Formats: sequence, C-alpha cells, structure tokens
Amino acid sequence: MAAEREKLVLIGNGMAGVGTIEQILKLGGAYDISVFGSEPHPNYNRIMLSYVLEGSKTIEDIILNDLGWYEDNHITLHTSTTVTRIDEQNKLILTDNGLAVPYDKAIIATGSNSFILPVPGSTKDGVVGFRDIADCDAMLAAAKQYRTAAVIGGGLLGLEAAKGLVNLGMDVTVVHLLEDLMERQLDRTASSMLQAELTRQGVKFAMGKQTVELTGEERVTGLRFSDGSVLPSEFVVMAVGIKPNVQLAKDSGITVNRGIVVDDYMQTSMADVYSVGECTEHRGTCYGLVAPLFEQGMVLAKHLSGVQTPGYEGSVVATKLKISGVDVFSAGEFTETPEHTVISAKDEWKRTYKKILLKDNVIVGAVLFGDVTESASLQKLVKNSTEMTDEIYDEVMGTSCCGGGGAKKGMSVEAMADEEIVCGCNGVTKKAIVDAVTENGFTTVDEIKACTGATRSCGGCKPVVEQILQFVLGDSFQQSAKQGICSCTSLSRDEIVAEITAKGLRTTKEVMHVLDWKQAEGCSKCRPAVNYYLGMIYPDTHEDEKESRFVNERMSANIQKDGTYTVIPRMYGGVTTPEDLKRIADVSLKYDVKVVKVTGGQRLDLIGVKKEDVPKVWEELDMPSGYGYAKSLRTVKTCVGSQFCRFGTQDSMGMGAMLERKYERLDMPAKFKMAVNGCPRNCAESCTKDIGIVGNDGGWEVFIGGNGGIKPRIADAFCKVKTDEELVEVCSAVIQYYRETGNYLERTSEWVERMGLEQIQTVVMGNDDNRKELAARIDFALAQVSDPWRKMLDDKNTRTALFEETQV
Amino acid sequence: MERSNREYTIGAVEDFMLQIGRVVHAGEVELAIFRTSDGAIYAVRNHSPHPKGGPLAEGIVSGYYLYDPLHDWKIDLRTGEVQAPDRGQAEVYPVTVEGGVVKVTLPAAVANLN
Repeated sequence: MAAEREKLVLIGNGMAGVGTIEQILKLGGAYDISVFGSEPHPNYNRIMLSYVLEGSKTIEDIILNDLGWYEDNHITLHTSTTVTRIDEQNKLILTDNGLAVPYDKAIIATGSNSFILPVPGSTKDGVVGFRDIADCDAMLAAAKQYRTAAVIGGGLLGLEAAKGLVNLGMDVTVVHLLEDLMERQLDRTASSMLQAELTRQGVKFAMGKQTVELTGEERVTGLRFSDGSVLPSEFVVMAVGIKPNVQLAKDSGITVNRGIVVDDYMQTSMADVYSVGECTEHRGTCYGLVAPLFEQGMVLAKHLSGVQTPGYEGSVVATKLKISGVDVFSAGEFTETPEHTVISAKDEWKRTYKKILLKDNVIVGAVLFGDVTESASLQKLVKNSTEMTDEIYDEVMGTSCCGGGGAKKGMSVEAMADEEIVCGCNGVTKKAIVDAVTENGFTTVDEIKACTGATRSCGGCKPVVEQILQFVLGDSFQQSAKQGICSCTSLSRDEIVAEITAKGLRTTKEVMHVLDWKQAEGCSKCRPAVNYYLGMIYPDTHEDEKESRFVNERMSANIQKDGTYTVIPRMYGGVTTPEDLKRIADVSLKYDVKVVKVTGGQRLDLIGVKKEDVPKVWEELDMPSGYGYAKSLRTVKTCVGSQFCRFGTQDSMGMGAMLERKYERLDMPAKFKMAVNGCPRNCAESCTKDIGIVGNDGGWEVFIGGNGGIKPRIADAFCKVKTDEELVEVCSAVIQYYRETGNYLERTSEWVERMGLEQIQTVVMGNDDNRKELAARIDFALAQVSDPWRKMLDDKNTRTALFEETQV
Repeated sequence: MERSNREYTIGAVEDFMLQIGRVVHAGEVELAIFRTSDGAIYAVRNHSPHPKGGPLAEGIVSGYYLYDPLHDWKIDLRTGEVQAPDRGQAEVYPVTVEGGVVKVTLPAAVANLN
C-alpha cells in the first residue's frame, strides 16, 4: 500500500467541489480526501431543483453521488458540518462541532446563498429563497397549505420557481423590478415572447415594481411596492440573485472581493488553499451557472493531480431555461448597440425568434426563443469568436437547401475543443464522450450515458452527444445500427456460426483471434455463447471450456447470494422412490442443508450446501444431476396419467421419464422445459413449456414455444402424432433445430416468434428426410454426454481446483 | 498497532488453473486467486465491491478482467477497479512468484484483522 498520502480537504459538498474531486479521482491524483458539507444530504444536482419542484423528479433522482460513492472512493464525508475557519499556521480545518482536521491542500467550494432583499419584513415566516433542498421542501409544503404566492425576481431562477409553484396549483405572480424578464440574458423581443408564453401557461406578472416592504405579523400577507400599491400573497419566494458565500474565506483572512479572489489555477491568496464554483471571483467575474464551475474544476483537478494544463481563462456563459415547453437560450452579448451588426428572424406564428450579434464580423452573441436546436453550435461560435461566413450563416440561420443540415452540424462538433463541457449537469467533456466511443466501441447514446453520465440528467445535451457519435463513427454510423452478440464483436450469431464452420475454428480463443474480437479473450457474454456454438457444431470433438462457463454450469450447482450452493438431483418425470427420498433426507441432514424445497418443476432443491461439501453431497446422493443450473433440459413435468388417473388416456409419467432420460445433459441455447399430460385436462401445464405434450385417445398433440417466466407466452399448437415413436422423433427434430438456429440465451418462446411457427413446421414436419436427419444429429450429440457429477468425482484435480479452499 | 505487512505462501503455480479462480484463506482473510491466460497470478479479497457483496472466485476471467459471478460487474484484476458503467473498487493484494512458489502480501491493516 502507498505511503502517507497528502491530505486534501474539500469544504462544500456541492457540484463544483465534488465535480473537482471526481476529476481528481479520474486523473489518479493520490490524496486522502475528506469532504465537509453543511447540508445533511450527499452531493446533489442543484440545477435540477426546478424539476423536483415541478414534480418530474424526486430528490433521490437528483443525487449525483450517493453515500456509497464516498465509501467506494475512500472519501471521508462530514455532512451537517460547517467549516468555520482555516488555520493557515497549523494547517488545520476547524468546524462548528469542534473538529480540527489537518490538510495539505484545501478547496473552498462553498457556493452561494440566495440574496434576500434587505426590505422590512423579509424575515417573516413564509419567505424563502430558492437555493437548496430545504427551500424546495418549503415550497412544496406551502403549495399544500396556501393558495397565493409571489416570486420576487424575473430572472432564470425566479421564472423556474414560479412555473413550479403554478404546477403545484398555486396562484403565482412574478414581481420584477424592470420591464423585461431575464434582462441579463435576453433582449426585449425575446423577453416579451417569453412573458407571453409564460402568461399562457398561467403565470401572472407585476412588471416594473419595486418591493419596499413585506406586510403581515408573524407570517407574510403581502407585498407593498414603491408606487404604494400592494399585492396580497401568502407565500413569497426571493429569487433576485445569489451572493457568493465568502464568510469562511473572510474569517480565515483570504482575499475576498465580491467572491473569493482566485488566479487562473484557482489558487486563493492563502498558500495551498484553492477555490472553485460560485463562491469564486475570477478576473473580476463571479459565475452563477453550471458550465464555468466544471471548467474551473477541471483546471484545478489537473493542477492538483500534477497534470500539465493551461490556466482557466473565464467562461462564455450560456443560458437555458429549464421549463418544459419554453425554450430560451442566450450566449455572449445580446443587447444591440450601434456597433453591432444584427441578424435576426422572428416568426410570430411559430413563436420562434433567433438573433445573432456580430461585432466587426465576429460572432459575439446569440439569442434563441422557441427553437433552440442551434444552441450548441452558436455557443461554440461565440466562445471561439468565430468570424461569420456565408457557410456559417446558412447553417445557423437554416437557409441552406434542404438535406444539407446533417453534414454541416457535424462540422461544429468537429471544431469543438476536447475539454468543452457537453453535458452541463454531469460535467462530461467532449473528450470523455469521444473516448467512450473509441475505447469501448459504443454506438448508441444509451451506452454513452451509462458510461459517462452524459444525458443522464436533463437530457438537453442529447442532440450534441448524437452529433459527436456521428462525427466519431463517420461512415460507420449507419452500419453501427447492426449489433454484434456483445460489445466484443460486431458479428451476429449467424455470422459467427458460419465463420466457425467455414474456417474450421475449434476453440473460443481461436474464434476470437481469427474473427478479430475487440477484447482478446471476450467477456462474460460472448465466451459462454461461443463455447456453446462450438459444442453444438462439433458435438464429438469440442472440449468444453470450463473457464467459459457461468459459475453454475462450471460447478454443476446453483450459486446462491451468500456463496452457498443448491444441489438438485434428477427425478425423472417428477417421480421418485421411498429409497431415494430417504437418501436425500439422510444427506440433507448430514450436510446441514438449510432448506429442502419442492420446485415448480416437480423435484427437490437442497438449498444452502457449503461449496466444499458439494462434491461429497453428490457422491453420497449417488443420483444423476438434475441440471437445475443449466442451459439444457431441466425437467419434464407430468400428470399422473393412465397408470392411475381415471381420466388418463396416455402414460404421461412413463413418457415424461423417458423423454427426460433421453434429452438430459445436452447443451441448448437456453434452459428448456417440457411437460407431458395424459389427457387434454392438461394438469401438467403444457401450454407454458418449451415443448408441451398432451395425450389424447388416439395419440399425442405437440405444442412449442410456451413460457411461464418473465415473458409469459402460451405455446403454439405444432402438430399431432399417432405413435410414441413419432412423438420422440418430432421432439428430437424440434430440439435439434432450436439448438442449431437459436441465439445463445434465446428461449424457444422468442425463437418461435423470430423464426416463425410455419418455418419450423416446414422444416420439421414438411419433409420426412429433414426430420430424420435432425433427429439423427441430436442422437449423435446425445451419445457424447455424460453426468458431470460422475466425471468430476473421478477427476481429482478439477474437483480440488473448483471446490476446495486452502488455508494458509 | 502492528505496522508491518504480512507475507503468506499460498501454494505452487500449478495449484491454480488457468482462468479459474480459487479460494485461499490467508489468516482471517478470504482471498480469490486468479491465474490469467498469460500465467500471471492475481489476488483479490473474495468479496464483491457490489453493494450486495458475494464471492468473486467463481467469476469468468477474460484477459486481466474478472466478471463478477453474481452481478456481472467487470473488475480489473490488476487494480481492483470496477469498470464503467459500474463503480467501485475490489481489494487487490500484491503477488510474487519465486521458483514456482506463490506468495501474497497483505498490508498490516488487513493482515491484522484477527
């Protein structure tokens, strides 16, 4: 284990700080990490709070890193703990509950607080900000109890809060000091379109109103404005802005202006103390949006991990409103002055608006309303101070001739810098996505989502992720729709089987080598599959690969969640004898079996056998394996039949036992169940079996493709036969055809639907020669199988390697 | 507290089948030992980092990766790191092979569990 690691303390358990830690972990920075958070929650996505309010997400949904994540990464988390001072002299972090934690490096990421207007009455009950889960909870509670609400502030946050409260059934008025909503992000045209749209959605507005007092006794009852008018309101949300939370920095003697002053590497005025996020002030700017905080975190993470990086140079901020049905976007400069050249398009019918501002022909800002599909490329163009060209104009204004759009969209993605954040919610860069595609061979947005987290939260970046995917895959994007059997290969099951036969491939290793597998030794999906295909193709010569078998098949017993095993002896046709029962009871007692369970397939599970006892249990039972674990014939369920039942017309027990003996042990694409009924009353439930057989007065009816499991399916009537010999031949042919054409892990219920019932009927019933050949092939394969328990008991080496544990 | 690491001799190379895990109890610690197809031997604590736990020794080994037998998590045998989209860390311990004899070193904190 590594020697003493440096101690890194993060103060503030929010998105900026934890995002930085995540980057440090990815870069392999070797620190002992502790995190302090004032809130009782693990790290959550603050920008998603409006979805919680809206009701489309719960608090759990917006948790970014649950407690398990801290544990997994060996991070010590102190929730509900506020850091009060950084002691530079002794290099200690001091907290409100008396902790003194040493640090080598510290990061202040204390974020910001709601700015509460300093007007009389602002501390009354029923007045909240909109910053954290507690505020969100207060709003949800208020909506249950009160009817009227006022939101002070017509900015991003205020509008989201207002829309959330409207959705919760409140009568909401937005109070705004100026005449235009979101005046810091939108021009007058977009602003008025936004107000019109929100009015349509039920939000009321009081524009140009300055609040001078909140009225009421204990609890707020209304707002008084500077013009003397009043607005009654039982609940008030203050969303007039945020102020960087700099108290700790101030108290510790760190230089603070509006925010904590940092340089381009996020270093504060105190040695070894850094700061990121909304609490910082970089080159005179404090940011209140998500993208800058990830960009800052990335620089700091690299710096702390000893990775070369250019400094942080500030962010171009873009705005998007998270209200469903209201698409607003802006980036860079948006208010026109005489020195701007303005390109704009307004469509009052479609309610869309687009404006691009140029200064000396350079794109410096953009506003979009109603249709924000161009937002990613515009943000890019603004950020890079791109010069306007005919081509770009055609692209962003959508005036190019039809069909040209797709290819051009790719261009802006190509020009995107590696470090650019694509998914703002989860801080995923373009490079992370490109790497996910090139290293893992991903071809779908879902795969990228699972691997990187991009698109996992609000989904706004999905079009850009798709464009990146398209750009990286290039021409193969179309073909990529074709899925291989797993991510190790793009070949389908049929192609693999054809290649094995054509090239005479003999082992999984050979198959993967010759067919150019992406992962040389495959994975837990393709290895068992290829091993099965090889065994099906070469039943007599293929040497089964234990190392390519799932644990259950390798051990010939079912593993349980605690690491013990279930042993299931055969009970042909569900029939046993008193002698066998006695032996099962004796062995169960001797080896302390936890539970003896009668299964749905009419046999006995001996549950909870210790791993090292499994071979002895087999030996002493001295019964064949029931293959309760295998992709092969499990059981043949039977009714009592003509031997005893007064309705029975056929000997179902005898036929069931015979079929079970005949087909046992042979590998199939998936588990396989049969049933035999002595009469059409169908007591053994043939309709939910892979092959169900129903006896009648003159012979047998055969049903195939039934399933009672997770995807229930009633079996299809396949054929009727007169004699027992015909019945066996039909069963043989169907099973062998399934073995030869089924995808690994594909149940017959899916196989029948994929192949088509008629196709199977044609192959098996349409031609006697075909049927006989299939039956002959399965008989040949069946001649090769042997009981695994016997085999294992005779092979001391394998038995030791698989079941015995060493103590040293 | 005892600060020194502890070395355990766990057997001969041939005791471990290629790509098939084996359980070894070193003191109080249960290890899963794997021999990859290139002959290298790795030691992991026989406990899945998956929240539901379970053994690791019975997983499928591909290259330097182990597929957790109960949850199919993909784990790097060299570092213990769980591969995306899952996250976590299995505990891995250094292994040395000298003259066909396999030894595992457990750090003091782990070796002194008992």
